[in-house]
Amino acid sequence: MDFFDRFAIPHPSPVIYASMVAIGLTVLAIIAGLSYFKKWGYLWREWLTTVDHKRIGIMYLISALLMLFRGGVDAIMLRAQLATPEAKLLDAQHYNEIFSTHGVVMILFMAMPFIMALMNFVVPLQIGARDVAFPRLNALSFWLFFMGAMLFNISFVIGGSPDAGWTSYFPLAGNEFSESVGTNYYMIAIQIAGIGTLLTGINFMTTILKMRAPGMTLMKMPMFTWSSLVANLIIVFAFPVLTVALAMGTMDRLFGTHFFTTDNGGMDMLWANLFWVWGHPEVYILILPSFGIYSEIISTFARRNLYGYKSMVYSMVVIAAYSFLVWAHHFFTMGQGALTNSIFSITTMAIAVPTGVKIFNWLFTLYKGKIEMTTPMLYSMLFIPLFTIGGVTGVMLAMSAADYQYHNTMFLVAHFHNVIIPGVVFAMLAGLTYYWPKMFGFMLNEKLGKWTAWLLSIGFLLAFMPMYITGLDGQARRMYTYSESTGFGPWNMVSFIGAAIMAVGFAVLVYNVYYSVRYASRNISSDPWDARTLEWATHTPVPEYNFAQVPQIDSIETFWDAKKKGHVLFKGKYEKIHMPNNSGMPFIMGCIFFAWGFSFVFGIWVPLILTTIGIFICMALRSFENDHGHYISVEEIEETETKLRGAN
Amino acid sequence: MKIDNSLPLEYSTEENRLKILGFWIFLGAEIMLFGTLFASYFTLVDRTAGGPNGMHLFEIGPVLIETFLLLASSFTIGLGIHAMRLGRRKAMMTFFGITLLLGLGFLSVEIYDFIMYVHEGATIQTSAFTSILFTTLGTHGAHVTLGLFWGLFIILQVKKRGLTPETANKSFIFSLYWHFLDVVWIFIFSFIYLKGMM
Repeated sequence: MDFFDRFAIPHPSPVIYASMVAIGLTVLAIIAGLSYFKKWGYLWREWLTTVDHKRIGIMYLISALLMLFRGGVDAIMLRAQLATPEAKLLDAQHYNEIFSTHGVVMILFMAMPFIMALMNFVVPLQIGARDVAFPRLNALSFWLFFMGAMLFNISFVIGGSPDAGWTSYFPLAGNEFSESVGTNYYMIAIQIAGIGTLLTGINFMTTILKMRAPGMTLMKMPMFTWSSLVANLIIVFAFPVLTVALAMGTMDRLFGTHFFTTDNGGMDMLWANLFWVWGHPEVYILILPSFGIYSEIISTFARRNLYGYKSMVYSMVVIAAYSFLVWAHHFFTMGQGALTNSIFSITTMAIAVPTGVKIFNWLFTLYKGKIEMTTPMLYSMLFIPLFTIGGVTGVMLAMSAADYQYHNTMFLVAHFHNVIIPGVVFAMLAGLTYYWPKMFGFMLNEKLGKWTAWLLSIGFLLAFMPMYITGLDGQARRMYTYSESTGFGPWNMVSFIGAAIMAVGFAVLVYNVYYSVRYASRNISSDPWDARTLEWATHTPVPEYNFAQVPQIDSIETFWDAKKKGHVLFKGKYEKIHMPNNSGMPFIMGCIFFAWGFSFVFGIWVPLILTTIGIFICMALRSFENDHGHYISVEEIEETETKLRGAN
Repeated sequence: MKIDNSLPLEYSTEENRLKILGFWIFLGAEIMLFGTLFASYFTLVDRTAGGPNGMHLFEIGPVLIETFLLLASSFTIGLGIHAMRLGRRKAMMTFFGITLLLGLGFLSVEIYDFIMYVHEGATIQTSAFTSILFTTLGTHGAHVTLGLFWGLFIILQVKKRGLTPETANKSFIFSLYWHFLDVVWIFIFSFIYLKGMM
């Protein structure tokens, strides 16, 4: 029985047993549903084996939304525990596990796939390409991310969740202080998902650099594509650092090495440095595509071209460079000396300059624009003031001397939620609403959409503004409770109410999807927002090959020119189109990686070796495979085009 | 598939050009990977916890043999790509075969070296220094091992399918990979071994 003991959870509670049952029932329900409706073949052919960037984008989207709710439930539990002083809802260990998984899930398994979803769906369309450069690699990226996310998510019912925070600092994350397999899950699940992200970075950089439609020079790319290019560049240079750090952490925990230990010469601060050399660029990987989404939306609904296109591009490139030069500001208090702290203070404050440039560019785009307050635009308008507050508190935190007061308090928690929620989450929801009609052929309800935006904003302010105050008063982050005499009670209750309002906001979003699926008009044009860039120039639903003819580009807003200035976008006759074949290999490899990760977490060596061999066999098979893709004939294109034109 | 005959075979189709650029970007990521390992090595190099240090462990003999074998293999794979551009399949396969044999020789000496280290009381668990030493060398060694299999598969494909745009593309990309491993070794040789023996 010793063998099975390791799978038991270290701190069982009725909630966790209930979750086990719920997970079991959900899996059974999915299997039963698929069998009853005979959808296994459909699922396999159309989704699990697909290499189409649009479908992969939608799978990323579904995963991101699922993870948003998982992370959201974590958040509500945390706020409920802190709502009153000395509450007994969660014990310290359980609280530690929940804030650790909340952070990892929200950053790596919600925000990242949300960005990937929009990037996958939009970028090839925006540059007039038929797919990404390496479609099968793209599918592999998705399945690696997905399996990594699933592996991480089962931790709380099998073996125990990580409990050392999303930063997993050593020596806390070492075997001595984190005895359960939780931190193994952290190291290995993020490793698997991280490899997927790195492959995406390579794939999208190649796509954007080499596959743009004729006439689209770098400085004529739409802003979202530019932001994706820069974000993917950061991915390629930041993620290998995480790969190494996680590998070292894994070896410390499982193979007895001494990288981050406190004995035999190990150096715990090396982890903190490596983690943030990746971690700081990571937040720019999230925020830059979000800025790109805002740029598209603001320009579309202000009915003006984007102000300061070139300065937008240069500021992004500067932000990307700075993102690698600021990591030590995450641990000013850890004694690296006044000179180092001063240098990192200055580089950190300097980031405010290019970011400020972007804020002013958006404001100048709005100036004298004919603003149309749709839901995506409402999110963007809420973003500018709310994000600016977060930016200003960021500059406060950047001052290393003052940081000794803020460090590890709720002030910091307020700051990073203040930039991530209005910056990234609002951008993703705005992007979701904006691109929804292109993805699914109908629009989300505007009224419900605006309700969500307002509920989220008000909830956000109530939830996080009090933390600035309690943080300055000294409320520490990551503490599962506090005494009544601190006086933090009322403020934390306000935070809880704010979190509850945000939960209502997300519930309205879910209802909105349900309502719109049932009642929204399917009779919409392929360009329902009267937009300006190329992704709106093709049909809805987007055909497999995206564009029947390769578009001809003459400016940043080619589609706008085609609508208003008589620019001819599509010239010449149809030609047969080469497309990649579907493949089950990425999904199978993903499954093997899942088994590999699971064996690794628990140190079950025989399956680990077998799955490792399995992964290499998959790679070898791919090397020998002779797959030339297929052609779509001219007749087939004509048929599809006629059908889709009729629908519009 | 449009084939542009004005370009070398490995660049002749759009797909091939994408793959070559993609691989260069991958090598950029690899530079970051090894860069992180080197940075960690420099951080931990003096933390021997009373165990052996570089001065104690390293011997110039095997390291020089490794260096000559790997540098020679980089030269022979260059000859292999040259033969490929001239369309001489047999010569190309021979040079690729020699490359892999040299790689195998390198790997054998490296494994011998590792065994010697362990005999002298330096395992991966001894100290922070030995942990990062084995990890950095091991990551490079694992790359070479993977390269041996990859290269073998490419030789088999060239044998079976001849020099097509696809096989030429694969061979060329493999040569980029192999040269890259050589570059990494030059850094290992200079900054781990030579510096450690000073």
